[in-house]
Amino acid sequence: MSDTDYNFAYLDEQTKRMIRRAILKGVAVPGYQVPFASREMPMPYGWGTGGVQVSAACLTPEDTFKVIDQGADDTTNAVSIRKFFEKTAGVAVTEKTAEATIIQTRHRIPETPLTEDQILVYQVPIPEPLRFLEPRETETRKMHALEEYGLMHVKLYEDISRHGEIATAYAYPVKVEGRYVMDPSPIPKFDNPKLESAALQLFGAGREQRIYAVPPFTKVVSLDFEDHPFDPSKAPHPCALCGAEDTYLDEVITDDAGGRMFVCSDTDFCARRRGEAA
Amino acid sequence: MYVAVKGGERAIDNAHAWLAEERRGDPGVAELSVAQIREQLSLAVNRVMAEGSLYDPDLAALAIKQARGDLIEAVFLIRAYRTTLPRFGASRPVDTGAMSCDRRISATFKDLPGGQVLGPTFDYTHRLLDFALAAEGLAVPEAERGAPAEGPMPHVTGFLAREDLIQPEPEGAETPRDLTREPLDFPADRPLRLQALTRGDEGFVLSMAYSTQRGYGRNHPFVGELRIGTVTVEMDIPELGFSMDVGEVVLTECETVNQFKGSKTEPPQFTRGYGLVFGQTERKAISMALVDRALRWEELGEDDVGAPAQDAEFVLYHSDNVQATGFLEHIKLPHYVDFQSELELIRRLRREAMAATRREAAE
Repeated sequence: MSDTDYNFAYLDEQTKRMIRRAILKGVAVPGYQVPFASREMPMPYGWGTGGVQVSAACLTPEDTFKVIDQGADDTTNAVSIRKFFEKTAGVAVTEKTAEATIIQTRHRIPETPLTEDQILVYQVPIPEPLRFLEPRETETRKMHALEEYGLMHVKLYEDISRHGEIATAYAYPVKVEGRYVMDPSPIPKFDNPKLESAALQLFGAGREQRIYAVPPFTKVVSLDFEDHPFDPSKAPHPCALCGAEDTYLDEVITDDAGGRMFVCSDTDFCARRRGEAA
Repeated sequence: MYVAVKGGERAIDNAHAWLAEERRGDPGVAELSVAQIREQLSLAVNRVMAEGSLYDPDLAALAIKQARGDLIEAVFLIRAYRTTLPRFGASRPVDTGAMSCDRRISATFKDLPGGQVLGPTFDYTHRLLDFALAAEGLAVPEAERGAPAEGPMPHVTGFLAREDLIQPEPEGAETPRDLTREPLDFPADRPLRLQALTRGDEGFVLSMAYSTQRGYGRNHPFVGELRIGTVTVEMDIPELGFSMDVGEVVLTECETVNQFKGSKTEPPQFTRGYGLVFGQTERKAISMALVDRALRWEELGEDDVGAPAQDAEFVLYHSDNVQATGFLEHIKLPHYVDFQSELELIRRLRREAMAATRREAAE
């Protein structure tokens, strides 16, 4: 595939316009899932087709693009998506969070705070936070329309009564600007506080044909109870490589005798800290 | 010291190279040509065209070659290509009544105008492995040829319609919604459901249809008619002001005649299920007709018996194999961030549970 075989950033202009309209609607109604006519992409559903379509609709030739998966730039799927846009859009790419204008992510929010000049694009598998409580789309849309979130609170309450805490560790539901309950995609709940950001955050779910958005400086509250406040927990260790105490850590098994270590999941953040220390 | 694993990029390139080598197989064996696949694996080609929603036997054959015979992967390749094609316009509805039929059978009438035409079917073959086929270079088999059927082959349901015995299907004026250009939305009307079924996974649609036969939303179908053949595709050309034939496609059409004792809203009469699929794909077309009929319970005023095949959301959201396989297989992508958070949660919950047990034991 050479870059002349396809339009800039792969999708044709009509499709991009359709996606941009959905994005604008999403920005206008924060947290609301906007249906859009998702296209088949040349990577499988589940590999980030929603995020890829949103990125394709946002990219301009002047952009600098970064892709992370599980916080890392060098995981196979991140490499694959970065290469895809290098080839089809010819944009500059980077691994440095601060240098990127658009960051596509799966399952993490970068540790480095984002700025107003950046867009964070999330890949979303199941956009509906109520899906596992109610499998029917016609029902869940009604529940959102009526702001009927009792079922979700009952679920969280049942967690507390059974386990003593809310037993959701990732894809922890949030309420956006006091209105819509939203699935922040499967980020660890440690990342939830970063959802209140200076950057524009866009969420794309290709297979489920939904786009939603959190505009800059929007209020995002993780659901909780007064007597059981939200707790963005993480492994109680510092990073074994850079020593950071306040980052999300991957647990790496180092031998077959139970040896393990904890390292930053955000590889760019960790490498930068080590570079500064050296 | 531990160094995080690098080299995703090189791993991908190497994996692709290995894949290409495996695709070719033993270089001592002659390479398959796309034309060979198109001509000799034509039913696989038909399935890929039907579920890929693109009528192009050469591209479907290429996709099968590239996918190493994995038909769902081939469907995916075709879909990903189709999505990049510009849309010039829509054809006129094809006239299946004017189909030049290779096969046309009715299970409801012994004989009928146009006759029963068996065509190239497996139906009455004995499924015995033909070891002679393992030898190559056999003489080209040739079937005896008769004169092409003269005269029209009217639709069987037309005979029933003349007596008002079957529910009429008036022509709708509205242009149906397009599943590939608009997000799926419920309630889904019949044209939309039919679009989803015709591109749906053959195995899924088959099993859904089968479940209705076994009692989960039984609808008593007869194959009123099954026809396979070539139809002309006509398109209005606005610049010319008239319509032109732009090509031919092979289609399989199945109309079922379903027993119906009447409901609160409809009188006793036969009802229909409809299947229309690209290529010679009769298993799929019959399955589609049964599932279509099952999904019509609401408009016919029947009871919802809670059968999976009656549930439009369930059927339509799960019939697409490209979506299904993508989401299913994505769980092999890294999930260590989510898993890590679960790991910490389960350790904490266990610690608390163990402490509680110990406390109880101590008391």
